[in-house]
Amino acid sequence: MKKKLSLLERMAAVPHIVWIALFIVGPMLFVLYFAFTDKNNQFSFSNIGQLGNYSHIFLLSVLFALIATAVCLLIGYPLAYFMARSKPSTQRILMILLMLPMWVSLLIRTYSLLVLLDNGGLINSLLKAMGRKEPLKIIGTGFAVVLGMIYDFLPYMVLPIYTSISKLDNRYLEAAADLGCTPVGTIFRVVLPLTVPGILSGVTMVFVPSISTFYISQKLGGGKMELIGDTIERQFKQATANAYHVGAALSLVMMILILISTLIMNKISDGDEGGVLV
Amino acid sequence: MKKIICLVLAVFLLLPALALSSCGEKATTLYVYNWGEYISDGSEGSYNTNKEFEAWYFETYGERVKVNYTTYDSNEDMYAKISGGGTKYDIVIPSDYMIARMIKEGMLRKINKENIPNLKNIDLSPVFGEAKPYYDPEQEYSVPYTYGTVGIIYDTTKVAEEDLTGWDLMWNEKYKGDILQFNNSRDAFATAMFKLGYSVNTTDEAQWRAALEELKTQRTKCDPGYVMDDVFNKMETGSAAIAPYYAGDFLTMYEENDNLALFYPPEGTNIYVDAMCILNTSKNSEIAERYINFMLSEEPAIANAEATYYASPNKLVVNSEVYKSDMAEVHEDVMDILYGTSEIPMQFYENLPDETLELINELWEKVKIN
Repeated sequence: MKKKLSLLERMAAVPHIVWIALFIVGPMLFVLYFAFTDKNNQFSFSNIGQLGNYSHIFLLSVLFALIATAVCLLIGYPLAYFMARSKPSTQRILMILLMLPMWVSLLIRTYSLLVLLDNGGLINSLLKAMGRKEPLKIIGTGFAVVLGMIYDFLPYMVLPIYTSISKLDNRYLEAAADLGCTPVGTIFRVVLPLTVPGILSGVTMVFVPSISTFYISQKLGGGKMELIGDTIERQFKQATANAYHVGAALSLVMMILILISTLIMNKISDGDEGGVLV
Repeated sequence: MKKIICLVLAVFLLLPALALSSCGEKATTLYVYNWGEYISDGSEGSYNTNKEFEAWYFETYGERVKVNYTTYDSNEDMYAKISGGGTKYDIVIPSDYMIARMIKEGMLRKINKENIPNLKNIDLSPVFGEAKPYYDPEQEYSVPYTYGTVGIIYDTTKVAEEDLTGWDLMWNEKYKGDILQFNNSRDAFATAMFKLGYSVNTTDEAQWRAALEELKTQRTKCDPGYVMDDVFNKMETGSAAIAPYYAGDFLTMYEENDNLALFYPPEGTNIYVDAMCILNTSKNSEIAERYINFMLSEEPAIANAEATYYASPNKLVVNSEVYKSDMAEVHEDVMDILYGTSEIPMQFYENLPDETLELINELWEKVKIN
């Protein structure tokens, strides 16, 4: 029986392996191939050499993603804490409220933000009715792009933190109180260190989509705030012989960037968990 | 236990095969790949072109055909997808310059005109006069669907009449932050080329570089938004005041915001023809030809012209009183806006050599990211 099961188990993994090979490893190999060849399909470093032209775009993308992640953490952590500490019925309602926007496509959520914030949008019409002459110009600024990232990705920050806080053993908090720790002290010296894995997974889940976004920057940035995702999209859309190769090189760098940040996160989380346990 | 599992798995494996064999009389699928919102699709009670075609086909030929209709946003998107291979499309509706490129690259199939008797309804003389269409001189590969021109759309409540001098309206600092520019290299550069009085099809690098300087100046002085389809929402809500766009789309915006107006800059502007083509990879070219023929008949042609608001090259449409009165409800000067551009010098986008295309993209990047 055991032998049969293990065969089945192995069979169960087959679809997943095929899937990964076809749709993840395969395309990645294509990216690698295109990144290191020129338009005549000769091996070349010229695409990688051109990446220097885009360094300021990379920097801007990293900067925007970092700001969005930091703000998400600042808003998300207290929210997650409040959710995890409230009674189950409130938790359920808050959870639904948090998840509700996620049932709507990201494109539509972002577009509705555009409709709200645009010069002739809802907010500016309201301001105009209240007597403001010049519209408040939000769309087309970096602020709008970061706002869009925060709005779209906040739930990805709250959920893992909420999970890790609600899994926290209440006895730690009681022990801290018994030993004379203030409530605020408990949060910073007990809860926060114990929920670092949740924070790190939240940070990754916000940072990665933020740094690779192109739709948010295109719509809310009014086409003026090009991030690395937009640059890659533009390269592939140009459909000229060379653009594919530059686009692939850019994608490769972005993948490496994301890989590095994920590795750093993993490193921190491993180290910290060890520290807490000791 | 093992036997049961095997049996279950076997049944699952066989299911698709059974499903296939039971569908021996399955309808043939015709794959049509068109621009978004470029057909009368039955929404809001309008004429459903594809459904009507399926019904008409069954009535006429006694066979079931199903139209698989998908859309794209730009010629380049469509080209990238099809040249990537592995697609099933039968019919595409690219613009003139893209048709020229696809003919050159052998992607299109010659059309058997015997299957398209309604070709007699097509009259391209308002566009080309006596000349032959440059993209397909003998009309071997393409059947015109619509044509249109680019004008500058402006908000009459914000833009002063005396500023309507020409393309320099888009460089007028008075309207800083209220100007929209195309978010693609070819169209954006064309606005600068028209302003400078150059041909949009020049291969002279110096002229493209001069246009680049214009676009850079525009970006620093007027802070334009770079948009494509967002132009509708932005002009309709008054979020922007000046935008170059297609005359047919102006009518769509005008329906939502009657403060808008359109003017054709005297320096000239862009004209295009979008035409139906059959791909070389099509497996059902005869059905595709019948589809094209159907599109040229009176009822679908009028329905589509009324749904898209673009100018029609079909005589049955242009001469139709129903069409004229329906369109007059949209805008009183509709025939002038769509068909009355003979005074304005028109330029087609022709297919440029690869070096020039790469140059434009390289220069466009300087506009976008520096």
